[in-house]
Amino acid sequence: LVPPLLVLQVPQATPVAVFKLTADFREDSSPNKVNLGVGAYRTDDNQPWVLPVVKKVERMIVEDQSLNHEYLPILGLPEFRSSASKIALGDDSLAILENRVGGVQCLGGTGALKIGAEFLRRWYYGYNNTATPVYVSAPTWENHNGVFADAGFQDIRPYKYWNAEKRSLDLAGFLGDLESAPEHSIFVMHACAHNPTGIDPTPEEWKQIAEVMKRRNLFPFFDSAYQGFASGSLEKDAWAVRYFVSQGFELFCAQSFSKNFGLYNERVGNLTIVAKDNENLTRVLSQMEKIVRTIWSNPPSQGARVVALTLNSPELFAEWQENVKTMADRVLLMRAQLKAKLQALGTPGTWDHITQQIGMFSFTGLTPHQVEYLSKEKHIYLMASGRINMCGLTTKNIDYVAESIHEAVSTVQ
Amino acid sequence: THADMGYSFVSLSCVALCLEHQREDGHALVPPLIWKIKQQISTDPTLHADFAPALGLPEFTRRATELALGRECRAVVENRVLGIQTVGCTGAVRLGAQLLRCWYNRSTGWRGPVYIPSPFYAVFQAAGLPDVRQYRCWEAGQWAASEGHVLEDLRAAPEQAVVVLCATAYCPVATDLSQKHWKHLAHVLERRKLFPFFLMLGQGLCLGDPEQDAWPLRHCVSLGLELFCAQSFSHSFGLYGERVGHLLLVLKQNTLLLALQSQAESAVRSLWSRPATLGARVVATVLSNPANLAEWREGVRSAAERCVLIRERLREKLRLLGAPGSWDHLTQQGGLYCCTGLSAEQVAFLAKSRHVYLCNMDYVAESIHLALTSPL
Repeated sequence: LVPPLLVLQVPQATPVAVFKLTADFREDSSPNKVNLGVGAYRTDDNQPWVLPVVKKVERMIVEDQSLNHEYLPILGLPEFRSSASKIALGDDSLAILENRVGGVQCLGGTGALKIGAEFLRRWYYGYNNTATPVYVSAPTWENHNGVFADAGFQDIRPYKYWNAEKRSLDLAGFLGDLESAPEHSIFVMHACAHNPTGIDPTPEEWKQIAEVMKRRNLFPFFDSAYQGFASGSLEKDAWAVRYFVSQGFELFCAQSFSKNFGLYNERVGNLTIVAKDNENLTRVLSQMEKIVRTIWSNPPSQGARVVALTLNSPELFAEWQENVKTMADRVLLMRAQLKAKLQALGTPGTWDHITQQIGMFSFTGLTPHQVEYLSKEKHIYLMASGRINMCGLTTKNIDYVAESIHEAVSTVQ
Repeated sequence: THADMGYSFVSLSCVALCLEHQREDGHALVPPLIWKIKQQISTDPTLHADFAPALGLPEFTRRATELALGRECRAVVENRVLGIQTVGCTGAVRLGAQLLRCWYNRSTGWRGPVYIPSPFYAVFQAAGLPDVRQYRCWEAGQWAASEGHVLEDLRAAPEQAVVVLCATAYCPVATDLSQKHWKHLAHVLERRKLFPFFLMLGQGLCLGDPEQDAWPLRHCVSLGLELFCAQSFSHSFGLYGERVGHLLLVLKQNTLLLALQSQAESAVRSLWSRPATLGARVVATVLSNPANLAEWREGVRSAAERCVLIRERLREKLRLLGAPGSWDHLTQQGGLYCCTGLSAEQVAFLAKSRHVYLCNMDYVAESIHLALTSPL
């Protein structure tokens, strides 16, 4: 019996750039190969790192016979949600005291963005926000576009952010786009350690941004994937979000604990919601529940337990801060060394931006041709945008990388 | 959601799986095998915490596919099968629904209908398929699956409609059909060009044998049908909070496999980016190790046996109490859910006044008797 005709007609999707980069790197057999496109922390031995405090807590969890292993509530583990929001907004947060802050445990930062986006599309301003403009920075993490588009937003626009020539923040451009944005537009902003540029507004610049947003009724949707990891200080890295809350904004903050807990695999995220008052918060959370039920029903427990136990115990919390500082310090060291070596080699151009930028990534300013040269001739892999992950650098490969960049910049346009 | 359906159910699942390991508070303990494996994982120095691939851990998807389709499945050999790790069964249904919305019958702009007897209809609607319809599967008043109704409704469905089917008698309104019935159903699916979307929860817990539980699915695959199957591992492995799910996609031709894979990656990227690994690692460890596998099989076999015993005890207890009505349907139904036939008010009474959701069967029987005989 001949089965009926195929009914699924499927074209190949555009490959995700960073996945392809990883694949190319894996296939390269050169002993000198370096992966500067990796999206995770690596030790100086180029190995993934399970934080010592995480290992400890995971063992505690396995041994704890009293734990309930059933489904988590739809919105997640309560002690995770509250401690995650507290970490973002601060122990002394008035908004938390006023009972107008809530959290939704999500599948990593992506999950938090997804739930936030789905909610805003349905309920943000009126009942159908598919036409509400969503602004993302130029450039931004490429998945921002995908998540908001998939949630049904039809008008996703860039706002000026990166000044390529000066390798700095285009504040005037940013403020200009804020002024000209339609009222009630949604602005997706990186809380710290901007991905991919590594350039963050200063506190003074954030104040200017907030002033315009307040005046023009724009909605802040923060993406916070690197709290603690960027500067080594949780407070410093949360400054922008806390400032906006202190200015009375209602806002969302999508938090990821992948990087600062090294829990990439367990998908730990939290959508922090700061509402006008408790009544609003309650209504928002009830709608969030409905959305969650149609995507994953209830979130995975393991990662949330690790984070909750750590954040809620003073000793474990202190140990975690130490672990985070270890990672942040290594990144800072690699930044300092790369800049020093490039300067010592006399590499054309200025390289101050390498130490001025913050977080895991650096926008080197390398051109696509230079990037191609590096991968083809030197087996050094990085994004076509010139973005490198500082964690891919080690004391063992940094000389090779610096020399190769020097070669690329000197010989290729 | 069960209340929405107008029926009431008693879940036997937690009781069945952990009868001798139940705590005072009625919560399920982790089955010993699972606990042992979790311990191993937590102390394994070779395991890192990097992102899983978007479509999941390969060792998990391979084993999950094998569990569903068997080792000698022709579709697997012909490379027509894609397996994707998802966030629970809900995640599998959501992803499957989205893929159908985007890529099923594209040239006709197809948006449904989807025939679904179970509570997942909201997931299909959220995925952009609003035309969700029910088909009858119960003989009302008799609380038994009705093959006649199912076939009648499906014969009347428009060609190329998607039909959600429960492969195991686990879903509350599962079609608890015999193999003969399933053959008839499959024939209708073929003739009417309907697209089956199987739900397989608790594989192994219904008939005590994973292969037998998967028979309806495997039969359709052997006919060469194109289909999806959403698998849950919560109940069969006692892994609830870990959210282990799997979406199986069986195509007619392997030429589209890579394209579909790329589209699935793209869809996952906007849903949860990558799945969580712990639960998948546990399942893979069970299914890939012969000793673990044997222990697990024995576990589900005895759990299924206990379910049968519980049904018998409940029926007998109700009879002895003189609870009004006939309770034969309790033992005629299969699987881990038990359609009691109680009204909404009676169910509310059980919850509010008697705190009955699961546990001690004597207490359950007494509570049901009270619900039926006291003024509410």
